[in-house]
Amino acid sequence: MDGEYVDALVATAPDGIAFDDLHVAHESDGYTFQTPDVDHSGIDEETLRTVAAESPYVRNWYFWHATAPQKADRWAFLRWLEGAEQRDVAERYDALADGVSATWGELHLTVTLSDGERAYSVRHRADADVGTSALDTHDDPLDAREIAKHDDDGGYRPLKTAPSLQTGWAFPALSAGEFVTTVDAFYPATIANWHREREGELDVNHWRDTVDRQTGIYGVVKTWDRGDGYEHVNWVAEACCDDSQCLKRREWQYDEETDLGVDGGSGEFPCREPCSLVIAGARQWTKLEGETSQTYEFELTPSEKEQVEAIIDAVADGEAEDIREADIYEGANRYRARFLRAKLFDDEGNLGGVETEQ
Amino acid sequence: MDEALVIAAHGSHLNAESSTPTYDHADTIRATGAFGEVRESFWKEEPSFREALRTVDAEEVYLVPLFISEGYFTEQVIPREFRLEDWDPELWDSDGTSATNATLAAEDTDQTVHYCGPVGTHDSMSDVIVQRAESVTGDPDVGDGFGLAVVGHGTERNENSAKAIQYHADRIRERDRFDEVQSLFMDEDPEVDDVADYFESDDIVVVPLFIADGFHTQEDIPEDMGLTDDYRTGYDVPTTVEGHDIWYAGAVGTEPLMADVVLERAADAGADVSSAIEQVREETGGAKPATGD
Repeated sequence: MDGEYVDALVATAPDGIAFDDLHVAHESDGYTFQTPDVDHSGIDEETLRTVAAESPYVRNWYFWHATAPQKADRWAFLRWLEGAEQRDVAERYDALADGVSATWGELHLTVTLSDGERAYSVRHRADADVGTSALDTHDDPLDAREIAKHDDDGGYRPLKTAPSLQTGWAFPALSAGEFVTTVDAFYPATIANWHREREGELDVNHWRDTVDRQTGIYGVVKTWDRGDGYEHVNWVAEACCDDSQCLKRREWQYDEETDLGVDGGSGEFPCREPCSLVIAGARQWTKLEGETSQTYEFELTPSEKEQVEAIIDAVADGEAEDIREADIYEGANRYRARFLRAKLFDDEGNLGGVETEQ
Repeated sequence: MDEALVIAAHGSHLNAESSTPTYDHADTIRATGAFGEVRESFWKEEPSFREALRTVDAEEVYLVPLFISEGYFTEQVIPREFRLEDWDPELWDSDGTSATNATLAAEDTDQTVHYCGPVGTHDSMSDVIVQRAESVTGDPDVGDGFGLAVVGHGTERNENSAKAIQYHADRIRERDRFDEVQSLFMDEDPEVDDVADYFESDDIVVVPLFIADGFHTQEDIPEDMGLTDDYRTGYDVPTTVEGHDIWYAGAVGTEPLMADVVLERAADAGADVSSAIEQVREETGGAKPATGD
């Protein structure tokens, strides 16, 4: 291994090297080799090999040019993780010896330097402080596809960036290439889109563009937009794209000129267009919102009105299952809901005995 | 630069297992090393059709739809979502079951994309159906004394949906391996509900031409055929229905040999994968590739 990075340096020196505080050149009077620690010029190849073999700057250069994935976004992601743009090599290597971590969605990412080599690990951020021996360990990046499929309760996760990633697993020792593959399996295309955004090249497709593109059973969503109003799209974004539902940061708006009125979230990686779940939801809402309102007359006590609100809140916030069985002080408690149903529904399930069709 | 294979599949918002055959076949192909990268992509899951290409490093991509029929998805949805410039279904010059491939540029990534016809209408799909029959009966020579039913969804939005089923049923019938071969459908005549009426053979292998197991293959078809009153209680293989033993195979797309069809599609588009095809056929029990034409 030692030979590899030194051989590579000698082979590349004639083209000149200027990377991360390392400067190497081959001129008529010999090689120059400069780092913040040493400054050699006019040295022969043997001396170059000796100084290079001991230099962390050379190993650092070799890692970024021969070991790390060279695709621009993957490369930039690895640089971002270890703070390469903020710290010089010496500082970085000090930090890497203890491990440098970052959060990516619900992932806790760490890069550590040992014996001069970078090793990467991935786990759930909730498991950041859990000993690796207490976690199910994996070494195949593609295992992430299966882990990402179900939440901690075994429920299917159709949206990879939903904040419901299961816990209890770790990829403790990955190469740089395996590491980005793992992250991309948990959160597909997030690295690519994050990088495009940093480069000012994120190709955002707004609501109107995306809806206009739909055909087949989703073509109907086009008819939901009427006139200049976009309040309905605010509701969609509030329902589906809030940080509590998806960890991508929504960058799409109603159209190029019209921003939506709800927060896009604070995620590290962007969302560049309404996803298939949003479109599938919008299809259903297009149908439901085509109905005209009617006036129904019910009688509720003030507490019953508040209880209906509490039930909607509990379902919308995914908290219904967390309400304890005997916690009858919660409106969305099961016994409370059953009491309300027993009192207010008729035999056909009509609230207040009022038929839906009038 | 290396070449990549991107598989485009439907996926599901509701069924966790819909993506499983896609992953399995991708893994089989990945293991051959035939492509620098192999990427799964989905209409309903992630990576989405919209964003799969940008996760691939290669400049040259073979894009193979893991779909049964030619039509709405392969001719409209996939080319549109992958942003394949200047796509026109005429480029495949297909009669509904004879799609070839077309080389196009992806608008957002500038990659060269060899857009292939779907696995379902490739000739080698007939071999997978037969192999599925072998798998479910546990008999590598199954055929004599057996009828084979190839089951499809039916017309729905797309007349080619039935064509693909009939195409393979016809091809397999011509081989004279099974005593009888019949195409059946879920939502049109001849209906799968009446499977026993369409065969004289005591034993009938039923192979649904679906990519993944899901509601249709695990719930509707077994109940429609009378294998069970309630899919949740399961059924035996074979189950006797009206005097016939029905060997119900489940989705053909779960058969490991499907990986071969994906490779065949890429090979037809120019990918140099002949040794991978040989390897996959060997591993998944497929026949040796024919030499010459």
